[in-house]
Amino acid sequence: MAAKPRVATCSLTGCFGCHMSLLDIDERIIDLIGLVDFDKSPIDDIKSFTGPVDVGIIEGGVSNDENVEVLRSFREHCGVLVAVGECALTGGVPSMRNLVPLKECLEEAYLKGPTLVGGAIPNDPEIPLLLDRVYPCHEVVRIDYMLPGCPPSADVLWTALAALLKGEEPKLGYELIKYD
Amino acid sequence: MVCNADEGEPGTFKDRVVFTEVPDLLFEGMTVAGYAVGASEGIVYLRAEYEYLLPGLLEVLDRRRRLGLLGRNICGKEGFDFDVRIQMGAGSYVCGEESSLLESAEGRRGAPRTRPPFPVTRGYRNQPTALNNAETLCCAARILAKGADWFAAQGTRDSTGTKLLSVSGDCARPGTYEVEFGLSVNKLLALVGADEAAAVQVGGPSGTCVAPKDFGRKICYEDLSTGGSVMVFGPGRDMLEVVRDFTEFFAEESCGWCAPCRVGTEVLLRMLDEIRDGRGTQDHLYRMMQLGDTVKACSRCGLGQTAVNPFLTTLRNMRDIYTERLSAHEYVPRLDLKKAVAFSEELAGHRSEVKEE
Amino acid sequence: MKKFTFVLNGRDVEALEGQSILEAADGAGVYIPRLCYHKDLLPGGHCRVCSVKVNGKVANACTMPAADWMVVDTDTEELNEYRRLIIELLFVEGNHFCPICEKSGDCELQALAYKFGMTAPLWPTLSKNPPVDASHPDVFIDRNRCVLCGRCVRASRERDGKSVFGLEGRGIRTRIALDSLDGLGMTALGRNDAAATICPTGSLVLKRVGFTTPYGARAYDKAPIGSEIEKKEE
Ligand code: SF4
Ligand code: SF4
Ligand code: SF4
Ligand code: FES
Repeated sequence: MAAKPRVATCSLTGCFGCHMSLLDIDERIIDLIGLVDFDKSPIDDIKSFTGPVDVGIIEGGVSNDENVEVLRSFREHCGVLVAVGECALTGGVPSMRNLVPLKECLEEAYLKGPTLVGGAIPNDPEIPLLLDRVYPCHEVVRIDYMLPGCPPSADVLWTALAALLKGEEPKLGYELIKYD
Repeated sequence: MVCNADEGEPGTFKDRVVFTEVPDLLFEGMTVAGYAVGASEGIVYLRAEYEYLLPGLLEVLDRRRRLGLLGRNICGKEGFDFDVRIQMGAGSYVCGEESSLLESAEGRRGAPRTRPPFPVTRGYRNQPTALNNAETLCCAARILAKGADWFAAQGTRDSTGTKLLSVSGDCARPGTYEVEFGLSVNKLLALVGADEAAAVQVGGPSGTCVAPKDFGRKICYEDLSTGGSVMVFGPGRDMLEVVRDFTEFFAEESCGWCAPCRVGTEVLLRMLDEIRDGRGTQDHLYRMMQLGDTVKACSRCGLGQTAVNPFLTTLRNMRDIYTERLSAHEYVPRLDLKKAVAFSEELAGHRSEVKEE
Repeated sequence: MKKFTFVLNGRDVEALEGQSILEAADGAGVYIPRLCYHKDLLPGGHCRVCSVKVNGKVANACTMPAADWMVVDTDTEELNEYRRLIIELLFVEGNHFCPICEKSGDCELQALAYKFGMTAPLWPTLSKNPPVDASHPDVFIDRNRCVLCGRCVRASRERDGKSVFGLEGRGIRTRIALDSLDGLGMTALGRNDAAATICPTGSLVLKRVGFTTPYGARAYDKAPIGSEIEKKEE
């Protein structure tokens, strides 16, 4: 038997809602596990790629330098890269900060907030560096397919994955394209 | 009877020559046109930048009134009443579009009207309005004086007569030329002393940009049609930069009423910038062409419908200016990591460990 | 009123003199996509989403009167491509965070994007980032979501007999201006005004009524925008 297709997933600047939605495919998850092997993913907690992967699933937009690094490594390792959810597609809710310059954002959060006394903007070297704005994934690497939704419903994810695993283009009907 | 003298197309200055050299011809044309359509009121909508011409023109009008060529019973003809007033423009390109011009002349925001109804049905203050440009009215006066046959004998079958061209740019003898319709670009270039020309923009930014391989084409309605602006670009010019500037001009002058023109011109500008900066891909060109087609087809008035011409015509006639600037990569990120982390790096006091690609 | 027929998508349909192509098509059960048009207002011709082909040439259906010589096509691949692109442009002109928008599910811009299958806007964002004006007790305006359809402008004039809204500036800097410099709260806008509820997007919204309809029951959750017009045909 040929090896099962490998799937990797990650959450950049997102809320894990898209991953939750993936779990929402209910009993079909058994089918899914029969169909694919998971590589790097929070689902199996594998931290780094074990080799090339067929389908990469990205949740979340790109808000800091670590996100950039992770997304690039997904592009490198994955044959097909699928951006999933509004944050990955447009920046989503985190990108609401794009309306305010980063400096003002940080000052409001860490220096001027009404409940703050003697605040300081964190600068520990362990903390990823924020980008000037939150970028949608397609502005950082080439993305093959986009699945909208906040989160995309389990049906969207299932329909798209099933198509991709068969080597087909995912096609979403009217009821599956939603931005919320 | 309205004369459109809002000469605002970049590279056009032929009306100015009419106003300074032969203003009588223009007013004569307006007067006979007024007679022909039964109008008693004429308005010249004069480009704001030409305000300095106003005293001279008012003097000419006064003189014509004294000579009985304007006012009541013109030339002693009972009931032939016609007078002209000059309305200063407010300095917006889109007011050269006939319905915006009328809006502006009535004292409102210079934005195009919904057409139909066209001005001939409902124009200035809801009256039927004949609206022509200065050059046309001068032709009308000359046709009456010299006869239609004289006029029709010049030019080509579908473009009879002559055309005033404002020639500017990289040539030895720029200026306003009156030529017969049907003149080839080559002949014109010889006339103005531009043997080296690398590109010629015929008809201003909204017209057509032609490369040397097409210099045999003719200036006339059936081939290269023009409102009169001809810009010559020598071999040293960066045509992508020229296209970019034209596009910026249109984005700036868009009245903002309709979506394709308002947003489309601005987005096209950003995309051109990406190509200029070496961040463009084949996909850019493909998407920009779709964008251009949409703006051209769907915009509400002539401005938007032609605003993408600098891009579309150069894409067709001199594709190299784009392809040679495209990135070697199939995909180029819009993210510029170095710039994007600069502020955070400064704040944190250390550099990002993520490398540039 | 005089009746006449013209050809719409290959069949003869009836129209009344004075009707626009769009109105005549509505009457015939043919939906022409539109955004700035509203049946209670004079047409504005802003969005150009209603572009159709009249005898082979692109024309604007909401402002162009129908006529007996016309052969009109409304649903070609080329036209739908134009429409999809215009919608996408409107998304990058503003800032549309649908997941947190009061109008989501009932928004005509969003519904059109669904209809034309947009997954995400890909043009560079223009980031205009205007501030929200919540100074009015019952209504707020968030220009990040404004598509400059002019409906509020026309509704205030034509229906409410006021002039609360107007267009200001030009080009990409065009914006909805108010007749008070001190914010929406200082204008004559009333919560029952036509202008307060006529916005196709989440730009001009009544306060305290967002998020009341459950997912699945909102206007465009199940059926594409325009279905209500097409249904009449059967
Ligand atoms: S095409 Fe441009 S200038 Fe003309 S109405 Fe539309 S926005 Fe205004
Ligand atoms: S106005 Fe419409 S498109 Fe914009 S954020 Fe709200 S729901 Fe989305
Ligand atoms: S606020 Fe709403 S109704 Fe007014 S122009 Fe903007 S989108 Fe249209
Ligand atoms: S609906 Fe016709 S232009 Fe907007």
